[in-house]
Amino acid sequence: MITIINYGMGNLGSVTNMLKKIGVPCKITSDINEIEQAKKIILPGVGAFDAAVSRIDELNLRPVLTYKAKEQKIPFLGICLGMQLLCEGSEEGVLKGLNFVSANTIKFKFDNGSDLKIPHMGWNFVKENTKSKLTEGFTDEYRFYFVHSYYVLCDKPENSILKTTHGVEFDSAIQHENVYGAQFHPEKSHKYGMHLLTNFSKI
Amino acid sequence: MLQTRYIPCLLLKDNGLVKTINFKNPNYVGDPINTVRIFNEKEVDELIFLDIDASPKHKEPNYKLIAEIADECFMPLAYGGGITHFEQAQKIYNIGVEKIAINTAAHKDLALITRIAEVYGNQAVIGIIDVKKNLFGKYQVVSNSANSKHDDKPEEWAKKLIEAGVGEILITSVDKEGTWSGLDVELTKKITSNVNVPVIAHGGAGSAEHIKEAITIGGASAVAMGSMVVYQKQGMGVLINFPDRKNLI
Repeated sequence: MITIINYGMGNLGSVTNMLKKIGVPCKITSDINEIEQAKKIILPGVGAFDAAVSRIDELNLRPVLTYKAKEQKIPFLGICLGMQLLCEGSEEGVLKGLNFVSANTIKFKFDNGSDLKIPHMGWNFVKENTKSKLTEGFTDEYRFYFVHSYYVLCDKPENSILKTTHGVEFDSAIQHENVYGAQFHPEKSHKYGMHLLTNFSKI
Repeated sequence: MLQTRYIPCLLLKDNGLVKTINFKNPNYVGDPINTVRIFNEKEVDELIFLDIDASPKHKEPNYKLIAEIADECFMPLAYGGGITHFEQAQKIYNIGVEKIAINTAAHKDLALITRIAEVYGNQAVIGIIDVKKNLFGKYQVVSNSANSKHDDKPEEWAKKLIEAGVGEILITSVDKEGTWSGLDVELTKKITSNVNVPVIAHGGAGSAEHIKEAITIGGASAVAMGSMVVYQKQGMGVLINFPDRKNLI
């Protein structure tokens, strides 16, 4: 059973649809008691960093999420903004992230004449950096759907498990112990995303 | 590197999928849910569904059908048609749709886009611009299934939409739509050279060559395809298909 955290900032329907498709039971909740019982957590997220941090703190979810991720060390996956929330902070905002992974979130910046667009939106490839259970069985052909204007860079190179390039090379998937993050949307990335979520369900 | 997006653009009428020519004579081409399943197998980049009946008939979006589509859609999904206020957009996002597309309503209430984008982000709103050449051969912006005409030039209207908050433009040539005769590269270029958001070129795609022109000459970030992905060939029967990625750039 995967517990999906509902703090009002994510496309929860898409995540549950894909988990249903691959036969993994899940429930959506923002209830602290329910989260305390979780065996596995997905933290989705679409929107602005500070808005998301504020929502998490308004719902008083920070202590329980920290307990599950850092004390109990259950498998914990952040998706898109959910991954950025795992970091210390973001250039997008002033509030503190959950700080589960030593990493920061930085804005894409390109010269005026550049053809590169922000957000980085569309399908892009991933390159393995550090081996991880989350990305076991991935090949060079694997591509994922991205939508983001900020990217993550880990302080420690070994925490970067996948890399992607959009003008700059960034960490498209990260791991620190039991905490994982994916910058792209596995729930919107066909069989490639199903593979990643299946891997996560087996960790 | 980011890949160019190739997007089937599918038209809904009542509960079925149709295809038009120059926005007219909708021809039934099948069941939307089955079609989504086929496009899943073909791993298409993204899907756009437009309800062509909603605005002209002042109908509410068909939430039940949109939910059925979203349930089956393992790629990004955009929906357009009949959205006139914020609560409708909210309902559609909650169903699991990533992007909503707005055309007719924006001409009456540009602030609607701003309200939606402020909550869901610019990337979640596509501005649709339908363009038809007038009697003097000049590009004219139209809406409401090409029944209403507007004064702004397409590139001016694009700038207003972006200022209001859209993160992407879908530019459709009414004259080319359903004709298999190639996209309007000149029109596409007019938009892409004036804006810095991704532009999806639509209307007239009939071959890989047409698509290439819209990207390399027109500057489009993505191409939307209709007839090409629902018919076997021009003038032939229905066949849900998708061109081999190797033949596209």
